[in-house]
Amino acid sequence: MEIAEKKNSLCICLVLLACGVMLMAAVAEAAAPKENQAPGRSMAQQATKSKKLWRTSDHSKHKVLQKDFISGAELTQACISCHSEAETQFHKTIHWTWLADPAEKERLYGKAGNSLNNFCISTNKTKDAGCLSCHPGWGKTKETAVNCLVCHSQTKMNFDEAITDIKGFLAEGDDESREMAREIQAELRAAAQDIGLPARQNCGSCHFYGGGGDGVKHGDLDTSLVKPSKTLDVHMGVDGQNFTCTRCHTTSLHNISGRVYTQPAATHRKSLVEDDLANKITCESCHTSQPHKSGQKMNEHTDKVACQSCHIPDFARVNPTKMSWDWAKAGKLKDGKKFKTKDEFGKFDYMSIKGQMKWAKHVKPEYHWYNGVIKSVTARDKIDPSGIVKVSWPEGERQDANSRIYPFKVHKGNQPYDKVNQTLLMPLLSGKQGYWNHLDWDKALTVGQTSMDLPFSGEFDFVETAYVFPITHMVAPKDKPLSCRECHSKTDSRLADLKGFYMPGRDASKLLNFAGWGAVLGSLIGVLIHALGRFLSRGNGRNRKKEEE
Amino acid sequence: MTTNGKMKNIYLYARFERLWHWLQTLLIIILLLTGFEVHGAFALFGFWNAVEVHNFVGLTWLIAFAFFAFWIFTTGEWRQYIPTTKKMLAVMRYYMYGIFRGEPHPVPKRKEAKHNPLQRIVYLILAAILLPVQMVSGFLYWGYNSWGNWGLSWLSLQVVALIHTAGAFAILSFIVVHVYMITTGHTIFAHTRAMITGWEEVADEESVGDWEYKTKAKAA
Repeated sequence: MEIAEKKNSLCICLVLLACGVMLMAAVAEAAAPKENQAPGRSMAQQATKSKKLWRTSDHSKHKVLQKDFISGAELTQACISCHSEAETQFHKTIHWTWLADPAEKERLYGKAGNSLNNFCISTNKTKDAGCLSCHPGWGKTKETAVNCLVCHSQTKMNFDEAITDIKGFLAEGDDESREMAREIQAELRAAAQDIGLPARQNCGSCHFYGGGGDGVKHGDLDTSLVKPSKTLDVHMGVDGQNFTCTRCHTTSLHNISGRVYTQPAATHRKSLVEDDLANKITCESCHTSQPHKSGQKMNEHTDKVACQSCHIPDFARVNPTKMSWDWAKAGKLKDGKKFKTKDEFGKFDYMSIKGQMKWAKHVKPEYHWYNGVIKSVTARDKIDPSGIVKVSWPEGERQDANSRIYPFKVHKGNQPYDKVNQTLLMPLLSGKQGYWNHLDWDKALTVGQTSMDLPFSGEFDFVETAYVFPITHMVAPKDKPLSCRECHSKTDSRLADLKGFYMPGRDASKLLNFAGWGAVLGSLIGVLIHALGRFLSRGNGRNRKKEEE
Repeated sequence: MTTNGKMKNIYLYARFERLWHWLQTLLIIILLLTGFEVHGAFALFGFWNAVEVHNFVGLTWLIAFAFFAFWIFTTGEWRQYIPTTKKMLAVMRYYMYGIFRGEPHPVPKRKEAKHNPLQRIVYLILAAILLPVQMVSGFLYWGYNSWGNWGLSWLSLQVVALIHTAGAFAILSFIVVHVYMITTGHTIFAHTRAMITGWEEVADEESVGDWEYKTKAKAA
């Protein structure tokens, strides 16, 4: 007996000791000054450590840039005199050609090709001069020298306008005009000497204004990103990493990485550990595919859910973005004149020349399976006008290992189509012959289709369309992602429309729930009735027995 | 059961058994709360916390259950769960009728026979089928992302999830009935006291049939 008891107490002592040791170890671990951050964050911090680039050239000291330029071509020539291959390289890029793949002649994706959207619809193969203000050449044609300054000058300036003014003043010839010309030339010279890698402002001078105005198109790209806060974009925030666009859109030979129509931005999700010269265009490039702390469920989401889906809870967080555009309502006049009205954001929601438009801020994205390819309808494709025409739409499906659930802005449109040929139509908008001048659809569509070398039956109507933009900018800080319930919810899941898979918290069998709660409730009622029976029969009949005794 | 006749205290539940019972009670209650929160029945801890807690407690239960299985087989206590039809009708009759009349329980508890025929079958289904199904389906659910590596790509998450949910409903129903049934002792808390202290007050020996003992030899 005694021995047994001693053994017992020895056992208890050993167990207590073991517990104590483990507890101390746990406390020590918690107290250690260990950097407790997600591995994906550490990886990204390592990958982007040397933020200060060094330069070997001061452009203000270059003789070729110290002159009074009288044309754009002359300025370009000055650049090329050192950067001998730059223009040739650039001529091959989509930024110049406005074609996804100039070698591919049939579908010819691109602004200068058969692509169209549901904003200003088409550039009419660049014959619509209004669109060319964003073409990176001098003047409003495609046939000029490359304007290097648009992307590389750190001075914000309208270079085309400067050249036009210089030419104008010089042509007038009087002293005062010459003086004016010299002043502008001095400004232009300063801008030409103020050279660097493209800043947010450079890329933004076109990409923030896509669709004809600030924030019209993308929803995650607008002028709020010129000097964003960390809350708006955790990477670009001036109070944080202060990334420029090219920090992720890495570039080789003037080819800037990013999605081009049907070509995904990246075909492989490689981190820099796997390929040190890979484009940094994906989140995984720097953050890896297992970015969260080990053991966290989110690491097990990355195979099916894009980082953007949770880390960009909503877009257009500072400036509003256009959500719909109804061309059918264009052409109304007030007192015989074109007019515009503004909405609560101070944005035009009606314009005689454009129709009815809707703007929104803090927009929740739509979510779709996406493998990086955006399929789109071109000017040549037959459409089915009985439903909403998906002018552009993400490709992907759940079974595909490369597809992720990805957030999108979906822009709704109502735009002209040919009732006989069953194709979408490309009206010419700007210029004398354009719709914006005469508000005559027949004329604008005829000229527009002719400019595209495409037929027009003369019979047209309007059809509802949809156009998607992948949302990838405006990444919120790590403490402001979507909460689980935004998707894992029965009632208002953001993924309510994504079918074909079981998602905890969202999906359940109504029958099972009914049967299950029925069984629980049935049990409860059953025992309550039984208890009532016992109570009424006076506690298991005990009392009665006692009375009988 | 009645207070008629002689009563005596017997030591019915070993320390491990009691520890096991209450540990499992705690784990199951936490699992039910967090599980039904994930299921969307209510909001209590928040989805994130519910998932984390559910996963941790679920795995804890799985490991703890291995100790229970080991104990029950090494001690031979598993024999207490061998189902029988003997006196089954009598027990059912008692709970549906006799209990209201103050009749004695037809199968009083004994050290070597602590479960009546109805309990035997219910606990066997619970311990051998329902809980394992719940643990296996839960483990699979937890390991969803590894199904490919485990060669289980053919499994459907929906099927696993529905089985797991059905199991949860069954356990919850069991708890409702179980919690009620433990009030049917000779006093409301007699059975509860037994599961806490190990000692149960039972009627005298005579009414226990030989067949109920796990070993042929009647305990002296």
